[in-house]
Formats: sequence, structure tokens, C-alpha cells
Amino acid sequence: MTEKLKIDSIKNIVELDGVEKHFGGIAALDGVSAQIREGEFFSLLGPSGCGKTTLLRLIAGFEQPTKGNIAIDGFQMHGVEANERPTNMVFQSYAIFPHLNVEENVGYGLKRLNLGKDETARRVNEMLKLVDLENYNKRPAHALSGGQRQRVALARSLIMKPKVLLLDEPLSSLDKNLREQMQVELRHLQRTVGITFILVTHDQEEALTMSDRIAVMFEGKIVQIASPQELYSRPKSKRVASFIGVMNFIEGQLLKDGGQVTTVDVGILGNVNVNPDQIPIPLNPGPVIISIRPEMLTLLFEDRDSTEYEISGVILESTYYGDMTYYNVQINGLKSPLTISMRNTAGRRVLGDGESARVGWGAESLVILKNSEV
Amino acid sequence: MNSNINTLKFFAYSYLLFLYSPVLLLPIFAFNDSTIISFPLNSFTFKWFAGLTEETYLQESLKNSLFVAISTSILSTCLGILASRASARYKFFGKKSILSFLILPLFLPEIIIGVALLVVLMQLGLPLSLWTVILGHTLVCTPFSIAILNSAFANMDMSLEEASLDLGETRFGTFKRVILPMVLPGLISSLLIAFTISLDEFIIAFFLTGTETTLPVYIWGQLRFPAKLPGVMALGFIMLLLSLVLLSLFEYFRRRMNRILEDQSNVQFDNLFKT
Ligand SMILES: Nc1ncnc2c1ncn2[C@@H]1O[C@H](COP(=O)(O)OP(=O)(O)O)[C@@H](O)[C@H]1O
Ligand SMILES: [Mg+2]
Repeated sequence: MTEKLKIDSIKNIVELDGVEKHFGGIAALDGVSAQIREGEFFSLLGPSGCGKTTLLRLIAGFEQPTKGNIAIDGFQMHGVEANERPTNMVFQSYAIFPHLNVEENVGYGLKRLNLGKDETARRVNEMLKLVDLENYNKRPAHALSGGQRQRVALARSLIMKPKVLLLDEPLSSLDKNLREQMQVELRHLQRTVGITFILVTHDQEEALTMSDRIAVMFEGKIVQIASPQELYSRPKSKRVASFIGVMNFIEGQLLKDGGQVTTVDVGILGNVNVNPDQIPIPLNPGPVIISIRPEMLTLLFEDRDSTEYEISGVILESTYYGDMTYYNVQINGLKSPLTISMRNTAGRRVLGDGESARVGWGAESLVILKNSEV
Repeated sequence: MNSNINTLKFFAYSYLLFLYSPVLLLPIFAFNDSTIISFPLNSFTFKWFAGLTEETYLQESLKNSLFVAISTSILSTCLGILASRASARYKFFGKKSILSFLILPLFLPEIIIGVALLVVLMQLGLPLSLWTVILGHTLVCTPFSIAILNSAFANMDMSLEEASLDLGETRFGTFKRVILPMVLPGLISSLLIAFTISLDEFIIAFFLTGTETTLPVYIWGQLRFPAKLPGVMALGFIMLLLSLVLLSLFEYFRRRMNRILEDQSNVQFDNLFKT
């Protein structure tokens, strides 16, 4: 049943080359280039208004780029209408046809293929089974819940066996529990059918949990394309770092670039050596931003606890989340407080506001970034 | 407070009474066995209705009226579709003012439209015929069609059309399979209202008709003969019933259209980007 992904054939199914889209002089997309690989789950992640939907609509063929080229499956898409492209779209509103029932919606695109009644019914039922909507055939569109509409929209697109499935914030209108369940199901569905998914989202958690690769977009530009792990642990800029999860930033100096090891002065933390892969984009000696994730910092509860480096401070605020506690800690000699997350384990107490604390950290968890806002 | 409401109620009821009591006279005298339209009533009869079947001019004018009304309803609905679709989907210079001008005939006295059209037709040297009546009626009915169809087209979610294209359907196929079914109740409403208006319309028909007359013009001609009056009453009664049926149908389809639009907005969510 499952079409297996072939890892060795790294074919690009969608190629974006310098794509620009202007709406009355305003650039919604400002030179977007990317290669999307066959069979991958690719996410476009960015804040609202950064041009994600516009890019998806250009790929689908609802809009034409002002500049640049889009190729799908090796073919230039210039002048190719939406109904002739090997893509299908799950709209943010789902766009279920309100005058048709579930099976008519799902079978909508098959009608032009003249498959005959039996074959159409067979494929529709197969799809309904895939999205867990068996026996919903005759249900009218208005009698469907949000989650069911989404499944109908998915089935309606997947039945066309597209080369690329485009999904515009498909989970944003679902409530939290359903959203988390659908994240897992969507991921599973993508693996099952083996079709390339391009998903648009502004929710970093959604992108991290579902994607093979993520493109982060700001203001009409892609600023980084990477796997979830790489994006989280090696963001290329301060802006990406703070958009994906929580990140602490400390001002510092890059002292000397010695090839295999680089020495940075982390202010009050002293001089430490880091590996080249901790500097995602090459930097010259001078002022830099040193970043570290909250879970890479440790509160040392016991006297015998120790780590590579240690600093001390005072708890400003603690927030209890059940499995985790987040601490805001003012470090002696640092301008802004650090955020530290600690897993709550048996017997470990939650420190209260105003208590003094020892904070441990390791050099290998630092990421050295350019000292600029972008 | 309370007395205010009672006064209002009183006015409302007397208004309705004044409005509709003359209409009630139609059936009363249509079934009254006397050529004189006055009380007291004589015995009950169907003879005025039976008499209608022998009037050849009446049947001619009925045929003319149906022809005019059907043509008008189709023409004004087609124009309404084009105008509503254009206004819903495209941005163009002067859209608002063009729409207001299209709606304007709704507020112009029909006699002005009638006279103005007559002058223009005379200048152009076009002979008066049923087609000139259709022209006049279309002018009057199109604003109604636009008003009805505009809400149907304007409230249709653009992504439904895109979804259809996306699923491989052509533009024409999309019109047939998505747009048309969704606006169908609105379309039927428009046909019905235009048909009803055209069927009853007198002034424009009176000005623009040639040798062939429409039903209201025929009725007006009959009023000169007192003996024909009960027959006219009977005819009026039939037309009243017909109008009521058509208007109820119109209301039914108008509600259905609103329901479809509502269903659709339940299907869509408000966080969608609207152009
Ligand atoms: N049809 C359009 N006309 C004018 N401006 C548009 C249109 N579509 C998108 N935009 C603008 O382009 C920018 C990007 O929009 P969009 O792609 O919808 O962002 P996102 O999906 O990332 O929230 C926004 O500033 C938006 O206002
Ligand atoms: Mg969007």
C-alpha cells in the first residue's frame, strides 16, 4: 500500500527562481528562490502578512509572478492555468462546495476524467476511507464540522493524485486538541500517500512537528531553509532564533577565528571556545550576539551539581507548566534576565521568586550570530 | 407609552385596510350576477369568467403580455447577471456610479421613462411594436434583477471558484457547476419578479405599444364599455391570483438563496483573506 520514499533520488518537484509578486507597487514577494524536493513535507513559516499565501497561490496558478520563474516537475509554469497544473490546494477556508454533499465534493475533479460511475464511486470511497470519513457520502456540506470539512478538502485534493499538495494554514481554524491530533494525522497521511506537501503556517510548533524542511519567511523573503532540528539548534539570524521558540541573547565579542576553534568573549561569562558549526554564517572578529536556548541552561539545585561553566543570579519569576517550569533569572552582571526551562522531576522543588540560583551551561550549546536586528 | 403603541397599531391597520379593501372588491364583483358594479349584490355566478373565453382580443393580448413578460424577464435577468458578476469580481473606474445609474430607473416615474423612450424611438424612426414594449420593460425590470442578483454574486466566496479551477475544471465548467447552482434561486427570483412587473405594467406599455396591445392596455380599453366591467373584474381577479402565486414563489426562492449564502458562510471562516 505505502509508496516508499526513495531517499537517493533527490528530484526537485518545485523550483522557485527569483520569484517576485507586486500588488500595486507593494512587493508581497521580493525575490524568493527555493527547491522543494519530491515527496517531502515542506513548510512555509512566517508571521502573518509575510507573503506565504501569495507564494502558494503563485505555485497553484491563481496569480502570475511579476518577475521570476516557477517550475513544477521540470516544466516552466509561465502561462499555465491553475486547472492545468499538477497541483491541488487545500484552502484556508476549505472552500467546500456548499450545494454539494460529501461524495460530490470529493468526486468533483473526477468528473472531467470520465471514469464512469463505478470507478468514480470506488475512488471516492477509497479516499473517504483514507481520511476517516467512511459512510459520510451523502452528508450535506453544511452539516459538517470544521474538522470534517478539512478532511473533505483533503480528500477532494488527494483524489486528483497531484504532484504537489498545497495547504494554506489548514489547521488554523481548528481548536487546540483537534489541531494537535490533525498535525499527527496530516504527517501520517503525507507519509502514506508519498505526495509532496507544501504547508503554509504561522505556527512554529506546527511547522517543527510536521515538516521535513522549513522555509522561514519575513517580509516577502525566505531567510532560512532547514530541517526542524537544524532550524531550532542553528538559526542563522537573531530574528529566526526568536521566531522559532524562545532564545536568550547575550552581547559578546568574537575574538579570533582560528579555523577549528573560535574564541568568543561572552562578557561576564569569560572567554569560551566554540566549534565552527556553532557559527551558522561566517563572522569577522568584532561584536556578536551569543544565543542559548532556555533548556540548554540548567539550574543547579544541589551543591554537588556541576557543569562546564557556572554563573549566579536571582530568580525574578517562575512559571509552572506542569511538566516544565520556566524561570526568569537575573544574572549578576548581565543587562537582561535569562529564561531557563527546567523539567519537573520527582523530588525537585520549584524555586520561588527572589531565591538565589546557580546557573550552569556548556560551551557547545551556544550559537554565535551576527550583531544586527535581522 | 402604551397608548402610543396603540395609536401606531391603529394607523397600521387602517393603512392596510385602505390599501387592500379595494382589491377585495375584485372577487366580490367578479362573482356578482349584475352588469352594474354596486351594492347590494345579486346572486353568485361564474358567467363573467366563462365570458372571458369568448373574447378573442383578450386572448390575443394575453398572448402578447406573456411574450413581453417572458422576454423581459430573460433579458433583464441576463443583464442583471452581467452587471452583478462584473461588480462582484472586477475593480474598474467608476464602478459605484455606474451601479447607481443602473439602479436609477427604480426611482424614475414610469411616465417619464415611457415618454422619453417614445421620443427616442420616434427620432430613430423605429416602429412601435411588442419589442419596443420589451425594451421599456427591460429598462424598468433590470434594476430589480441587479438588486436581487448582486447579493448572490457579491457574497459568493471567491475561493469556491478557485477550488473548482484547481480541481481541473474549466472556467465555463466552473460557471456551470459552481456559480450557476449557487445563484440559481436568485436567478429564479429575478425571473419571477421581472415577469410579474412586466405582466402588470401599464404606462410604458401604453406609450410604446403598436397595434398589438398587452393585457393591461386591453383592460384599460375595455373600461370605456360599462357592460364589459364585470368581465374586467373577473380578469383582474385572475391576474391578482397569478401575481400572488408568482410573488410567493419569488419569496420562496429569495429565502432559499439567502440560506445558501448563509450555509456557505458557515462553511468558510472569517480569517480568510478577502480581496
Ligand atoms: N490580491 C491582493 N491585492 C493586494 N495586496 C495583496 C493581495 N494579496 C496579498 N496582498 C498583500 O501581500 C502581502 C502578503 O499577503 P499574504 O501572502 O496573504 O500573507 P500571509 O499569507 O503570509 O499572511 C500582504 O501585505 C497583503 O496585504
Ligand atoms: Mg495567509
